[in-house]
Amino acid sequence: MKFGIIVFPGSNCDRDVVYVTRDLLGQPTRTIWHEETDLQDVDVVVVPGGFSYGDYLRCGAIARFSPIMKAVVAHAEQGKYVLGICNGFQVLTEAGLLPGALVRNRDMHFICDRVPLSVESTDSIWTQGYDNTAIDLPIAHGEGCYHADPETLDRLESNGQVLFRYAGTNPNGSLNNIAGICNEAKNVLGMMPHPERAADPLLGKADGIQLFKNLV
Amino acid sequence: MKQKYQAQIYVTLRPSVLDPAGTAVQSGLAHMGYTDVESVRIGKYIEVSLSATDEAEAHKQLDIMCDQLFANPVIENYRIELVDSE
Repeated sequence: MKFGIIVFPGSNCDRDVVYVTRDLLGQPTRTIWHEETDLQDVDVVVVPGGFSYGDYLRCGAIARFSPIMKAVVAHAEQGKYVLGICNGFQVLTEAGLLPGALVRNRDMHFICDRVPLSVESTDSIWTQGYDNTAIDLPIAHGEGCYHADPETLDRLESNGQVLFRYAGTNPNGSLNNIAGICNEAKNVLGMMPHPERAADPLLGKADGIQLFKNLV
Repeated sequence: MKQKYQAQIYVTLRPSVLDPAGTAVQSGLAHMGYTDVESVRIGKYIEVSLSATDEAEAHKQLDIMCDQLFANPVIENYRIELVDSE
């Protein structure tokens, strides 16, 4: 599987993802500057964390109009895999690839922590290999409070689109304790926790690596 | 012949969306002694100068700008006030 990691001005988790897919998993990987327009050589697109365009206006609002995003939307529409992590999740909601929005954390703080999560469904490419569904992943965000209208939440729940939920105290006020959701076709995943930061056993627990292994 | 217009745009969180910044400001006001304040909601104010053939055309363009960039309809409402600047 060839991985393509999108780089916006202000992205800062792009190299961590490259380290996971290229160095830990030995997969062909390239970074893709946001001004590029062609993704046809890539199987999996990752929209990484960071502060694209300085988070001005709203997180992800300006990045969704970068030239590469048309290709990302087309990639998703073809049923190919798109993963948005943290700021990448915000970009995917702004682009309309995932429903809802991410707003300011309930308690106003930027949160940098490692939190318990539950893998809610293993019926997806992203979560299929998780034997143990109680995992820990790092979070680092100021706007991670998931919001959607009640009808959208009902639809997400009944379709099994909520893949990750905060298992302990809800850190940011997310509705239904949502930490990660996929689209209806399940080929697009957005999550606030950082699986790429918990992928190398040298850094402690490595509950994030399985998500990437599932794709290979 | 195009006219110049000045738009004043107010973007606010929808009433159903939690506004932690507004809540924090409200608690600050309470500390100042303003305990009768019932709620505070914080939004954004944006000024746009543009030229368009007429007011309707300017409004149409601004609506699209708001829907696509200035506001996220999932969580925000917006209001546009247009003034003829010539």
